Amino acid sequence: MSTVAFFAIAIFTLAAALAAASFSKLIHAALCLALAFIGIAAFYFSLGAEFVGLAQVFIYVGAVAVLIVFTILLTRRESDAPVQFKWSGAVVALAVFAGLIWAIFKSPLPGGAAPAVAPLTVKQIGESLMTSYVWPLQCVGLLLTGALIGAVVLVMDEKP
Amino acid sequence: MSGRFLDQIFISTKQLLLSFFSGAPNWVLQLISSLINIAALLGVFLSLFALISVLERKILGRIQNRYGPNRVGPFGLFQPVADGIKMLIKEDIVPLRADKVVHFLAPIMMVVPAILALGVIPYGRNMTAFSIDGGILFFFAVGSATELAVFMAGWGSNNKFSMLGAMRAIAQMVSYELPLIVTILPVVMIVGSLSPDAIVAAQGAYWHGIVPRWFVFTPWGATAFILFFVSGLVESNRTPFDVPEGESEIVAGHMTEYSGFKYATFFMAEYFGMFAISGLAVTLFLGGWQAPFGFLQWIPSYAWFFAKLCLLLFVFIWIRGTLPRTRVDQVMNFAWKFMLPMAFACIIAAAVWHYQGHGLRGWLWSAAVIAAVYFALSYFLESRKRFAPRTYRFAE
Repeated sequence: MSTVAFFAIAIFTLAAALAAASFSKLIHAALCLALAFIGIAAFYFSLGAEFVGLAQVFIYVGAVAVLIVFTILLTRRESDAPVQFKWSGAVVALAVFAGLIWAIFKSPLPGGAAPAVAPLTVKQIGESLMTSYVWPLQCVGLLLTGALIGAVVLVMDEKP
Repeated sequence: MSGRFLDQIFISTKQLLLSFFSGAPNWVLQLISSLINIAALLGVFLSLFALISVLERKILGRIQNRYGPNRVGPFGLFQPVADGIKMLIKEDIVPLRADKVVHFLAPIMMVVPAILALGVIPYGRNMTAFSIDGGILFFFAVGSATELAVFMAGWGSNNKFSMLGAMRAIAQMVSYELPLIVTILPVVMIVGSLSPDAIVAAQGAYWHGIVPRWFVFTPWGATAFILFFVSGLVESNRTPFDVPEGESEIVAGHMTEYSGFKYATFFMAEYFGMFAISGLAVTLFLGGWQAPFGFLQWIPSYAWFFAKLCLLLFVFIWIRGTLPRTRVDQVMNFAWKFMLPMAFACIIAAAVWHYQGHGLRGWLWSAAVIAAVYFALSYFLESRKRFAPRTYRFAE
């Protein structure tokens, strides 16, 4: 059952990602990217990481996809010019791919079946965020508040 | 005994249905169980949608001193059937230069999150369609996909009014999602769980045997409930916050280019969103399916839930019949300058309530916190306002 689910989700996610990479209309690509995000969230669910899956949907579909879509909407006109091949892009893509492959083959995989782990509850995540990881949490909060105020200051160009 | 039987009648029926498949493997049983849940959910809420759509017109008619629909069936009760047939046989017009696929998918994307969100609400004792550990988080996670659907509707129609309406809708939905989520934090803090079932269970007892321990009867809970309700009005694009579809400015917002059944789907999504938000408000603050008095517990739990739900829906309609539409910039100012600080004040008040013991002292202290923040906000927001000729920020 879980193998069937794995392959269904994998095919869905890869198809969505491929569509996102190959559609010529940017908005379609962005919407397909949102689909791929949902597929990844489904992976987290099937692995038992409920909280991460929900956060994935919440942040990536609810916020990042909307941000991407608005960026496309507000920055460029849809042009009909054929897309040319760019060497710089290919080099960056190859470098990222090679780096990922290298990292995957370098990391040791545990042999045999993975030991059974009790599913992590939201409560445990909350407690560790508020005790051992409270400083990183506060720093991220400060950073995000700064970003929010900075965005307001950037777009507000009216006389007081 | 009979009360217990009535209370669990739907659960028993489901068990009876499942017992026909007792020989099947486990995953088939799970699948059938889920399908029964989904069918029940859709059946109940589609009927409620039909009922509320005619009741809304009747109540609005009463408020505006006219009759409302009264031609089809007794008291006009079959009006939704007539409307449904009309919507189904209407011509489906798609603009020539629209993005066909996105235009087609937008209404579906709109209604799916609303139905998914309905799945995690406990409708009665043991009556949660999908009980998961992070149910509240799930509710908002799927709800946040609505913004993308609104964008798809606006962009896919290739129409300036659609796009402007979609941008207004997304702007206000993003802004009010913040107070909406911050106002549920006090409840989550006090209960210590994100599961709706646990939240309802925590509101089960009674103070001195009379007053139910619903969170709305605490100062922070009452404030959070009001803030949550207002944010819910905005999230479901209802009056007085229906600027995205303000017909005097931008035809019908992101729904301008939709006709026939696609338009009806948008309408349905709006109502389902309203049911979901009201259902969550009932779960979080009004005690879910708990009875208001101990001696009334013999009435089945789902009856209490739907009674509270219908009460909130009536308030939605009442507000629609009473208040005029707000301006776009007023909506935004209200979110960031008033709603958000008040929502944070609720968190602090809940913490004070918790650490002062859940008794009278905690009640008074947390009321003091709320009052202090409220008066400070009112003072600072009003202090620079003078009577002067009106200035327009966005139209010169």
